[in-house]
Amino acid sequence: MTTGKTILQANTISIGYTAKKENRTVASSINLIFKAGTLTAVIGANGIGKSTLLRTLTGIQKPIEGSVMLNDKNISSYTSANLAQHLSIVLTESLPPSNLTVYELVALGRQPYTNWVGNLTTEDRSKINEALQLTQTDHLSGKKHFEISDGQLQKVLIARALAQDTPLIVLDEPTTHLDLQHKVSLLRLLKKLATEQGKCILYSTHDLDLALQLSNELIVMTQDTVTQNTPQQCIESKIFDRLFSDDGIIFDPVKGSFTIR
Amino acid sequence: MQNNRLHITLFTLLGIALIVLFLANISLGAVKIPLYDVLQSITGGEASKTSWHYIILNYRLPKAITALLAGIGLSIGGLLMQTLFRNPLAGPDVLGLNSGASLGVAFVILASGILPAVLAGVFLSAYGIVLASVAGSFIVLLAILAVAQRLRDTMAILIIGLMFTSFTGAIVGVLTYFSTAEQLQKYTFWALGSLGNLPWNNIVLLTYVVLAGLLMAAVTLKPLDALLLGERYAKSMGINFKRTRFIIILATSLLTGCITAFAGPIAFVGLVVPHMAKLLFKTSSHKILFWATLLIGAVLMLLCDIFTQLPGSSFILPINAITSIIGAPVVIALLLNKRKGIFN
Repeated sequence: MTTGKTILQANTISIGYTAKKENRTVASSINLIFKAGTLTAVIGANGIGKSTLLRTLTGIQKPIEGSVMLNDKNISSYTSANLAQHLSIVLTESLPPSNLTVYELVALGRQPYTNWVGNLTTEDRSKINEALQLTQTDHLSGKKHFEISDGQLQKVLIARALAQDTPLIVLDEPTTHLDLQHKVSLLRLLKKLATEQGKCILYSTHDLDLALQLSNELIVMTQDTVTQNTPQQCIESKIFDRLFSDDGIIFDPVKGSFTIR
Repeated sequence: MQNNRLHITLFTLLGIALIVLFLANISLGAVKIPLYDVLQSITGGEASKTSWHYIILNYRLPKAITALLAGIGLSIGGLLMQTLFRNPLAGPDVLGLNSGASLGVAFVILASGILPAVLAGVFLSAYGIVLASVAGSFIVLLAILAVAQRLRDTMAILIIGLMFTSFTGAIVGVLTYFSTAEQLQKYTFWALGSLGNLPWNNIVLLTYVVLAGLLMAAVTLKPLDALLLGERYAKSMGINFKRTRFIIILATSLLTGCITAFAGPIAFVGLVVPHMAKLLFKTSSHKILFWATLLIGAVLMLLCDIFTQLPGSSFILPINAITSIIGAPVVIALLLNKRKGIFN
């Protein structure tokens, strides 16, 4: 395993968006490092810029300042075909209507490696089966993607990302729409993939208590700062008290969750 | 691999149906020609009557080939549109491509009186009509795409398609006021749609354009599969979305524009056939759907064309009427059988 190798690095970046030809900076001087074998959660209030950060880190949009390095190479210098072999994503948005089976859906993850018509080789098939087994979704492989539950679909989408065989996987709020049991099982799966497969996994979430217990590191976005730390350090630095602008929401370091005053 | 066996069976059946209907299409009509003579004529021999030989080579065979090409082209266009717009109700006619092509043709036929005679001659040639028609459908498709970029809501795109249809209809209506009775008649006959009466050189042109469109569609088969998960996933899997979208649009406008130019605006085929393929083959893989849609499109069009010639009579119904009569109930049935996989 290549545990410990730096996969993704943000060098003093400013993130934001361009509206009406005007740069709007959401957050600036962000330094982040993501290593293989770690599960990192991005935490922050609604509208603080989590999605902007993820979009910048995945090369969908460029940072206003600074650079994002993927495997020591600027992410903007990758071609989309090349990037697809280094980075895979899992989204929350619902899938367009289709007849795709679970197996076919996971097989789409092999697209960066297949020929122009997308024929699967023996290696592709073994990667797909491996991904299905790792996510424990192999029993669903013959079902249509709309016949399975939200929790199962989320795992299948992770299997698709695994089949894409990339060192870095980025998930956009994977635990929304799920109940507690499925949230926990999903995060456990991500943790397992990080430790056992040496993947570098980055996800955004609103479930702080779960993120504290199951992630290796947290990126906490507040109005003024973006910091990266281990869960323990985050609690000690009392940063969570500044997460929400509402003084009535305070963080209880003993319980590891928020209480309302 | 139960699906594989199903696919092989279906492909075999469709292949047989295609050959049978192609021959039946040539054999049936106002004059019924025995199958033996049909085979003799199209394989280079002589039919037992010279008149039969003449009818087959100069009338029936061109018509059957046009039906084949039109069925294939419109259906593949529909398949491409449905995946690109992530919308089961997308199709060349629903999105207003047919109307765009009609508008182009209307300009050429109806407005030719305003132009000087030399220019009018160029415009009214087969190439002029094809070009105007392709340009018309291309412009409408670009406009729809521009709207689709701004509006994520697929329902809105369909409504915009409807608006285009009535808008172009209105312009054609205005144009008719400024045209002669002769021009009007020519346009009306074109608008009713007919697969027959195409000279061989037009058929050769149509074949080339349909082949070009199919080739372009074939290149996009893999990106189309990725697009089943939506634009963002497709991009993350290394698909060059802009290029793919451009090829799909170009292929669809070429197919729809050219077929509409020669055969008139044919409704429903582009919408219905991809659905039949998806329901029968129970798959979303475009590699299979491409061939399935192609075969079903050809078979359905040949069948519809057989129905246009009422057996034993010399009446020929407009092809557009037949496809609509068959197509509309199929769409309604599809909607009533709402399944999450197709409509959600």
